Amino acid sequence: MNHEEIEISVKNFNLWYADNQALKNINLDIPRRKITALIGPSGCGKTSFIRCLNRMNDLIPTVRTEGEMLLNNENINHKDVDVVSLRKKVGMVFQKPNPFPSSVFENVAYGPRIHGEKNKQQLAQIVEESLKNAALWDEVSDRIDRSALSLSGGQQQRLCIARTLAVQPDIILLDEPCSALDPISTSKIEDLMVKLKEQYTIIIVTHNMQQAARVSDYTAFFLHGKIIEFDETKKLFKKPKEKSTEDYITGRFG
Amino acid sequence: MAVHSYNNIKEKIIERYLFVCALISIFVTISIVLVLLSETVSFFRDVSIIEFLTGTRWAPTYTPSHFGVLPLINGTLLIAIGSSIIALPVGLTSAIYLSEYANEQTRGIVKPVIEMLAGIPTVVYGCFAVLFVTPIIRKLVPETEIFNAASACIVVGIMILPMVSSLSEDAIRSVPHTLREGAYALGATKYEVTTRVVLPSALSGILASFILAISRAIGETMAVTLAAGATPNITLNIFESIQTMTAYIVQVSLGDTPAGSIAYKSIFAIGMVLFLMTFGMNLISQWIRSRYQEVYE
Repeated sequence: MNHEEIEISVKNFNLWYADNQALKNINLDIPRRKITALIGPSGCGKTSFIRCLNRMNDLIPTVRTEGEMLLNNENINHKDVDVVSLRKKVGMVFQKPNPFPSSVFENVAYGPRIHGEKNKQQLAQIVEESLKNAALWDEVSDRIDRSALSLSGGQQQRLCIARTLAVQPDIILLDEPCSALDPISTSKIEDLMVKLKEQYTIIIVTHNMQQAARVSDYTAFFLHGKIIEFDETKKLFKKPKEKSTEDYITGRFG
Repeated sequence: MAVHSYNNIKEKIIERYLFVCALISIFVTISIVLVLLSETVSFFRDVSIIEFLTGTRWAPTYTPSHFGVLPLINGTLLIAIGSSIIALPVGLTSAIYLSEYANEQTRGIVKPVIEMLAGIPTVVYGCFAVLFVTPIIRKLVPETEIFNAASACIVVGIMILPMVSSLSEDAIRSVPHTLREGAYALGATKYEVTTRVVLPSALSGILASFILAISRAIGETMAVTLAAGATPNITLNIFESIQTMTAYIVQVSLGDTPAGSIAYKSIFAIGMVLFLMTFGMNLISQWIRSRYQEVYE
């Protein structure tokens, strides 16, 4: 781990929903341009954690946090941080595909537009590039003006990835991106993640152990709001240090 | 076995009962339309339909009488448009505020207060217009007549505002939360999320609420009868007295017009025009719903 460049460094991080503590003293260094998988049973805090990285939890009024998350030496959970520019840097793809009810083009152009891009040619170029990078261009290039809701679930999810790429983030958060998809669409998205890590730092929450093992470089195992174990994926899956990690990845609970 | 057939019979009875209830409302609707239609047909035996639709003078009790419906349609549309200018923007804005911006506590106070407006009897709105709104308007614009369209527009606007705000709010709130999150995650501000994602997604419901509110303004009777007067008039001047179709029906119904006379029959013809207008609005609203409704998973 010490030979990796660190993108985000989390120090003594805690999170509460009202009085209910969901994350307890989290310490984690997330390496740059690698895929880090967060695994663990439902309710272990991994989604709560990933939603802190782009301050998505701000939308929930009862959430309170403590501790540091350093991105470029800046604590992203500090009150003064501009969440708009933070979310530009830290994109997110959700569990269920959530394209806007507009055309494929408009979906991808939405981000650049709100960030001030007005030039039509420029927009068209960004849209095409983003769709190509999300491995969707070949499938939709002839119906870019059709409603995004007419695409299949897997295509919609890749559209959401393209939409995220269009604002040129450094980091992409994926919150169980394949849980609503069939195996073929899932494998397309996995291939895509491996390709994207050349340029982006990727953090993925997954319930699918094989997925974590297949695509990720590092894995953190969450349980009851704590990180039990964090290691290179190969090591963690081959030789877990903790008993509960072993129990979880071998399917004894969860 | 016995229990089984007993349940079967019970199910049958319930089903029949529900069917009969549904039938009653259909029967009533059809009867109303039939009565309206037969009296309207009888009216058009005495008055040519062309004169009715194109005439610019409405003077049913004069001799010679005139039956041009345009002044009444003008009055009704003036009220509908004037009240919409007030109710649609204010209603939509408060819907956006309540659903996207207000915290639970504020919402808990503001929403019931707005909805209370819908519970006030329309005759009270009429009195409010005559006794409170009109004097203020007359102070600001001295040449305003005692009965005028402006005060009617204002109170009808207030009256239909809760319809716009609560139906639009329902539409806005039913936009899936995941869509808002998707936009926030791209670095959108609350304003950008609201105007570029939430409102377009709720468009069908918002437009439907507009249409329903306009229908209500077209059909509104008591407040406009009291506030806007009884002067059939083709005008766009809201400081003059006008007469709406509904106000005319009230005037004839309450007056000493003998049943069976042309003036008496004319209220059915007017009723038919009103019915067709609101029916048309309903069709438009349904068309909008089916045309623009986005299908979410």
